[in-house]
Amino acid sequence: MQLVLEKRAERSNTIALVSPLIAIGLTIVTMTILFAILGKNPLLALHAYFVAPLTDSYSLQEIAVKATPLVMIAIGLSLCYLANAWNIGAEGQFLIGAVAGSWIAVKTQGTDAGAWVLPAMLVLAAAAGALYALIPAICKVKFGASEILTSLMLVYVADLFLDYLVRGPWRDPHGFNFPTTAEFDPVATVPLLIEGGRLHLGSIIALLVVAAAAILLGRTIKGFEIRVVGAAPRAARFGGFNANQLIILTFAVSGALAGLAGIIEVAGPVGHLQPGISPGYGFTAIIVAFLGRLNPLGILIAGLFLALTFIGGEQAQIAMKIPLDVTKVFQGILLFYVLACDSLILYRFKLVFPNRQVARGTG
Amino acid sequence: MRKSLLALAAGLLLAGSVSAASAADKLKVGFIYLGPIGDLGWTYQHDVGRQALVKELGDKIETTYLENVPEGPDAERAIEQLVRAGNKLIFTTSFGYMDPTLKVAKKYPNVHFEHSTGYKRDKNMSTYSAKWYQGRYIQGLIAAKMSKSGVLGYIGSFPIPEVVSGINATILAAQTINPNIKVKIIWANTWFDPGKEADAAKALIDQGADVIMQHTDSPAAMQIASERGKLAFGQDSEMIKFGPKTQLTSILDTWGPYYIDRVKAELAGTWKSEDTWGGLDSHMFAMAPYTNMPDDVKKMAEDAQAAITAGKLHPFKCPIVAQDGKTVECKGGANLDDGQILGMNFYVKGIDDKLPGK
Repeated sequence: MQLVLEKRAERSNTIALVSPLIAIGLTIVTMTILFAILGKNPLLALHAYFVAPLTDSYSLQEIAVKATPLVMIAIGLSLCYLANAWNIGAEGQFLIGAVAGSWIAVKTQGTDAGAWVLPAMLVLAAAAGALYALIPAICKVKFGASEILTSLMLVYVADLFLDYLVRGPWRDPHGFNFPTTAEFDPVATVPLLIEGGRLHLGSIIALLVVAAAAILLGRTIKGFEIRVVGAAPRAARFGGFNANQLIILTFAVSGALAGLAGIIEVAGPVGHLQPGISPGYGFTAIIVAFLGRLNPLGILIAGLFLALTFIGGEQAQIAMKIPLDVTKVFQGILLFYVLACDSLILYRFKLVFPNRQVARGTG
Repeated sequence: MRKSLLALAAGLLLAGSVSAASAADKLKVGFIYLGPIGDLGWTYQHDVGRQALVKELGDKIETTYLENVPEGPDAERAIEQLVRAGNKLIFTTSFGYMDPTLKVAKKYPNVHFEHSTGYKRDKNMSTYSAKWYQGRYIQGLIAAKMSKSGVLGYIGSFPIPEVVSGINATILAAQTINPNIKVKIIWANTWFDPGKEADAAKALIDQGADVIMQHTDSPAAMQIASERGKLAFGQDSEMIKFGPKTQLTSILDTWGPYYIDRVKAELAGTWKSEDTWGGLDSHMFAMAPYTNMPDDVKKMAEDAQAAITAGKLHPFKCPIVAQDGKTVECKGGANLDDGQILGMNFYVKGIDDKLPGK
């Protein structure tokens, strides 16, 4: 007797809906066993991860703050991936956006520059992110260079460029030579939504981005083009859609969103430019994009969910002394099950009994 | 709408702090760590300090730590999480936590914070650090004696003043033994990345260095030096088990006594915001046993250690000549003053390299 995966005739919509739930269920079962082995009360641990962060305003704000850059970047990436354009360098576009926007903040520091500063920073950051993303896109279209490699390599360039700026020209003159700019002026800072909290305007912008992406993909010809070029390139060619043009467009949009996320993070929660402004947002966003099935609403949920595991992981570490490694295992198991369950959308399990079949050589 | 949101937030905040206060029988002390507690270097030593604290005052306090907290936007949240969990004294153990710690400190004036290796303080935020350059000076003496090639290999983390002053102290000491000593410097641009650190050590050895020193946190360089039959210094912690025939000595961060002092002050209600920068004399760090060297070198190292501890020997004794040949202004009388060392941003003469960002 053998268990094999058999391709379904068509994708199962039922499974597509319930597979995330199955994945979460399997994760909970696995983690329960793991917590029990570690000698922790599984119920309390799961409560600390999933429930406690949702029960007070502070943690909810933190979840939103953490999810904001992830969702914004992932929305842009989803457009690329839907159009079969593989932008892996959102991290670099995030950093370049942060650098470009910070340029205005640094140059206007201590002057009586008015309320135009923050909007100008946001616009410049988006433009810079888009331009930076166009480098791999144009290399792809003109020279056939793999955009996966070029966009990834440009991450390191951006990282070192930022590093150079904060260690050299933009270093805080009163900062004992430590590698950071001075704190941004209030006009160069993203406003908070709740006094004394951390929720900032960026979260609203992220929601607007989600809505805009939903309209673009669901209600416009351009969105239709993006989906057709990705799903059926041949059909798209017959339909007269220009795949190269879409690569340029989706890269530019995703670069702009990553750049915007970068400056919002720097001018918001961080408050100044320094190395290490991103704990890998650009890469985590790739996971968020796929976890959300490249669907704007799905990405919003996935981003919030991933943020929940971060916040919950910290609270579990504090409340129950559960090591950080367990949180990482937890996130890993979750992603594993999500991907595993997703394969059931296109495949199904089938039991095969070799003795009832004619032997096919390998048996 | 905005008002009701505010009221809701305030109510939740209040409810949170009340329940936290009533649950606090023991003093809760929190720690934020940069690396994993198993890094065997910087974070490991902080955790050793925390364990010493628990051993000493375990019946009066409860400690909690968050490990692997990146020095970016996540740090502020992590610190605030500790506050909200009822911790009244919080140690944030890396330079990059400075601004996040300050932000949280301003928000919670009744909680006390201790930030390691920074320079910003507040009514409820102290700083603490150690004069590691003193230990570097001793290492420089040993290195110059032990090196046959006359080339030292130095793995830097980030070109910040603490690291630069360590390199300068090393070279100033080495020049007293061998005026023509050379040093090769590689910037790893990380505090903890065993792979990168190992690569840096290999590259340095390939360039002729036969004594490896590091300002990064893992024992990887020690292992490489050991494989290649070279000598090396440990960093932060005792690394002799990674190079029994390799380690000359190691600068050991000994945070335990400081943590115990500060927690005792907190318990007694006498905690004050302070700026602590202790050296060998105040036991903020120690030197591991001097091993794998002849007796005369060992004697020299021990003498230097005694002289520094007694305040008779200062690594940055004037005149100090910078790389560009200009003599550095001597603000501390016979030596550079603390401010000049804490903000050090130049190489001394004899370092054949360019300081990044200069």
